[in-house]
Amino acid sequence: MNSQASTGAQPRRAIDVVNASLKRRYAKERRFRLLGATAVALGLAFVVLLFADIIGKGYTAFQQTYIQIPVTLSAAEIDPKGTQDPDAIAHANYMALIREGLRGLFPEVTQRSDKRRLNALISVGAPQFVRDRVLADPALIGTTQALWILADDDIDMLVKGNIDRAAPEDSRRVNDQVIGWVDRLAEQGRVQKRFNTIFFTHGTSREPELAGIAGALMGSFYTLLLTLILSFPIGVGAALYLEEFAPKNRWTDLIEVNINNLAAVPSIVFGLLGLAVFIGFFGVPRSTPLVAAMVLTLMTLPTVIISSRAALKSVPPSIREAALGVGASPLQTQFHHVLPLAMPGMLTGTILGMAQALGETAPLLMIGMIAFIVDVPGGFTDSATVLPVQIFLWADSPERGFVERTSAAIMVLLAFLFLMNLAAVLLRRRFERRW
Amino acid sequence: MNTMVEVMDKASGAISSADLANSEHSRVTVGEVTVADPRMTCRGVDVWYGSKQAIKGVTLDIGKNEVLSMIGPSGCGKSTFLRCLNRMNDTIDGCRVTGAIRLDGMDIYDKGLDPVPLRAQVGMVFQKPNPFPKSIYENVAYGPRIHGLTNNKAELDELVETSLRKAGLWNEVKDRLDQPGTGLSGGQQQRLCIARTIAVSPEVILMDEPCSALDPIATAIVEELIDELRANYSIAIVTHSMQQAARVSQRTAYFHLGDLIEVGETNEIFTNPQHRLTEDYITGRFG
Amino acid sequence: MQAWTLILLLLVTMAAAYHLGRKRAITSAGGVSQIKSLHSLPAYYGFYAALWAGIPALLLMGLWIGFQDQIITSLVAASLPPEMTAGLSEGRVGLMINDIKNLATGNIVSAGVTPEIQAAADQYSRLRSLFTWTMWLAVGALAVGGLSYAWLKTEPQMRARNRVEGSIKVIMIVFSSIAILTTLGIILSVVFESIRFFDRISPLDFFFGTSWSPQIALRADQVGASGEFGAIPLFTGTLMVSLIAMLVAVPIGLLSAIYLSEYASRGLRSIAKPVIEVLAGIPTVVYGFFAALTVAPFIRELGATLGLEVASESALAAGLVMGVMIIPFVSSLSDDVINAVPQSLRDGSYALGATRSETIRRVIVPAALPGIVGGILLAVSRAIGETMIVVMAAGLAANLTANPLDSVTTVTVQIVTLLTGDQEFDSAKTLAAFALGLTLFLVTLTLNVIALTIVRKYREQYE
Repeated sequence: MNSQASTGAQPRRAIDVVNASLKRRYAKERRFRLLGATAVALGLAFVVLLFADIIGKGYTAFQQTYIQIPVTLSAAEIDPKGTQDPDAIAHANYMALIREGLRGLFPEVTQRSDKRRLNALISVGAPQFVRDRVLADPALIGTTQALWILADDDIDMLVKGNIDRAAPEDSRRVNDQVIGWVDRLAEQGRVQKRFNTIFFTHGTSREPELAGIAGALMGSFYTLLLTLILSFPIGVGAALYLEEFAPKNRWTDLIEVNINNLAAVPSIVFGLLGLAVFIGFFGVPRSTPLVAAMVLTLMTLPTVIISSRAALKSVPPSIREAALGVGASPLQTQFHHVLPLAMPGMLTGTILGMAQALGETAPLLMIGMIAFIVDVPGGFTDSATVLPVQIFLWADSPERGFVERTSAAIMVLLAFLFLMNLAAVLLRRRFERRW
Repeated sequence: MNTMVEVMDKASGAISSADLANSEHSRVTVGEVTVADPRMTCRGVDVWYGSKQAIKGVTLDIGKNEVLSMIGPSGCGKSTFLRCLNRMNDTIDGCRVTGAIRLDGMDIYDKGLDPVPLRAQVGMVFQKPNPFPKSIYENVAYGPRIHGLTNNKAELDELVETSLRKAGLWNEVKDRLDQPGTGLSGGQQQRLCIARTIAVSPEVILMDEPCSALDPIATAIVEELIDELRANYSIAIVTHSMQQAARVSQRTAYFHLGDLIEVGETNEIFTNPQHRLTEDYITGRFG
Repeated sequence: MQAWTLILLLLVTMAAAYHLGRKRAITSAGGVSQIKSLHSLPAYYGFYAALWAGIPALLLMGLWIGFQDQIITSLVAASLPPEMTAGLSEGRVGLMINDIKNLATGNIVSAGVTPEIQAAADQYSRLRSLFTWTMWLAVGALAVGGLSYAWLKTEPQMRARNRVEGSIKVIMIVFSSIAILTTLGIILSVVFESIRFFDRISPLDFFFGTSWSPQIALRADQVGASGEFGAIPLFTGTLMVSLIAMLVAVPIGLLSAIYLSEYASRGLRSIAKPVIEVLAGIPTVVYGFFAALTVAPFIRELGATLGLEVASESALAAGLVMGVMIIPFVSSLSDDVINAVPQSLRDGSYALGATRSETIRRVIVPAALPGIVGGILLAVSRAIGETMIVVMAAGLAANLTANPLDSVTTVTVQIVTLLTGDQEFDSAKTLAAFALGLTLFLVTLTLNVIALTIVRKYREQYE
């Protein structure tokens, strides 16, 4: 490089010193660059690791093990009087019928304790599905049907390979005898993994194989709907006032500072507020989407207000001047001209606020959303839980079957968040304007 | 950031007619573009920003110990051309330079050439004073420090002092070297930037409208400084003010819409312009 | 449920009022052809009527519902025979009232039902339905009254537009004030309960005590029911987890922001930046799950192979995962402040022959330092207030330790633990949660205010 630059016999020219130092400096440059690249790579690796972990743990939950058992739906047990009265049919002991069928497959099992273990292959919730079948089609009574019966979660885990067969017998949840039974059933083609509809149609349960996210999803839906109804008009109204009408005085300064600070207050503090003020003082019913939505509204308002103000700011003043110039009132100017132009930006901010609300857990723990609620809520004032809280509750359960369901619930939650963010991005791109 | 600098490899050597005819827009520049004892030589330089051509086939020399001023209406490409001379255009995305620019016979757009030592040789002073948010001392010491020009604190102190003295700033700041450079007045800030540039002992100093953000008194001081610096450095200065060009420079180049229209002795250009565009500009018909 | 019906009815009334008001305006002007004689467009008269019909009624309804429970409760409490409440603590009375309410609404009751309780429950039900019916009447009357007022007021000279716009402005002002009300609500709710807490436990013991074991007070006379409320182990636990988190988040976040804004090609930047920001959108409960079920076991096994004793819920696991969560926060804030450094400073440095890393380390980072510090303070505030990760991965044991492999607990974990599950509203245990909440709020507020001030000053500097 520069070989011809310094042939003269002058004493140490600056450029020679510079050239001499270059090697060292470039080594530093490379090190620094490598450091930065490493940081980026680490950041990206964390994302990949997180998703791989969740998906790896959870994808099996979308399938559920069923065991085919020939069940004799004897009329003597189900409908002894032959009246086909749904009430009588509903109260029959289907579990006994299923167990009978199962024992028929294993005639050699006679010991009491072995029988009990054999019975445990079947989920305690299995009879309700048989009952529903029979109620839907009473003609089945008196016949023998090869029914696919919901397996217990331990069996489910065994079939999915989540139980280490090589481990010492007393340290696993199923013993060798049960493994032998299941293997025999599998050889006969009586074990099948099917799509796990229960996961999407049922509320939570103590039994992993019966636990679903329908209740939590509906709870989240009602909560989010109400949060949207409350926070959008309030947020847009506040933004409009602060950005377009508010005089610059101490009061509005105070509001500004407040909004910025509220955006950074830990979410759990909002939970304390909800507990003390909404539940303790105003008597809003605990554990309901109503109180959850009120708390989440206060939490997301700063997000909505800040993004709505940014959207209003991006509308050029010329639009306002044009409208005012033809004699529109300031409010007409806002509602007819500025607001429609700022709307995509406001909606984008609101969607992001809703995504934040959908994923929020901590404040909801304070206001009783962690109650164990099996029923799917049907309104704003029914006791309910929400998806992230359900995840929290399941994550605490020791059963291996809940680990995969927790991961699956997380996948569902992330899918919703992804869709919301996608909507926000598309909205922004679709309506982005360059003035 | 990636830079897209296309290099036209050229054998270094004397000016050939091929060099001169290199540009498709081979407008023949009026006047003598070359000098007998050049420090930098530019041959058929084109500059593109994406698909837009900003400089069209400029051929020009910068002599030793001379001040060359570049004038012309805004958007004529004089700043762009100046930034080619120490490859500051590298930092702009989509900027492409073709042609040959040589410093002491060395092609500065050669593939293997490293812009880092080049910029130590060709310093630059910007339109708006841009002292670093550090102390006055640290501002001047920055260059010597990164290049390792001094071996110890005493040498560095001396270098900082001489640089500040050469920039005519020493007496004003010697008692407050540890105060932030951003606290100085505009003219002082600009002289601090000049001191900062001098501290790395460049051979050429490029100045991009160095006085446009200064008041008349500060301008006069900086102009005087430029004249003194001519003894040791080659200086290329872009200016908006024809009066300034007349005051500080020995040669003047007139740019118009990316073309180099006319080059000549400063006195000649201002008293007896050869090209009609130059004359129109100097007489104030546009610009 | 009735409340929803009433709201729906009011909305219908408002719609009707709009039409009535509009019609009335047109008629008063003398027909459609004479509309020009109206001060405002007919729609504004409609809005005017709708506002009068709806807003006062809705306000009354809100107040009514907000306060009726309190009034009824105090009425019922006052009507309880004095011998029943004599000698009982405030909390026990509260429990009794709760039983009465539960009995009245058909829920499970904790204690046996005495005739007095039954009578009180009946009274409660009676009062409730009385209040509800009165509310329907009052709200209905107010709606009709408002509508009639608007009806009477409607005449061509009435400045309907100005009045409607005036009310909309007032509504907007109320909306903007909600931010203030929220802050006020937070302060009031934590301060009042904290004062009650500090009545029982001295602030000195709370802030400087080194032992934390809030007992579960099953019975009031239980031994040790008062518990120990020295919060120092909580503070140190919080600090340790936050420190670990910042040790992860700051270098990675800052360096990746620098790399992406100064080195990376446009293509890499456009992919890597949003991907890293995905981390910011992931709910904290997901991080908690990741920390508890993946990272903590991994660290424990790693420790076991190295011969280290690692608790199953270690500060390290929670801190590491929290750090990952905060990376995008640090990187996007750093990115903002780095981009705010003027290009002229970069030019000045490059023109002296500095390399990129020299420019970054010696010019850009020092120039952006205040902004970066502000961003880091905000990140610290977030780490301190983060709840789910520590609840799921840090544990409950209030150890006073400096070993990150040990289990620690944090302020937020204790708030959640003290307030979830069954509780007496004014046991020291519950109140302690509010005292912790107050501490948390004040600390994060201070950090936020300082950080936001620094960042704002920094931005102004380069504007």
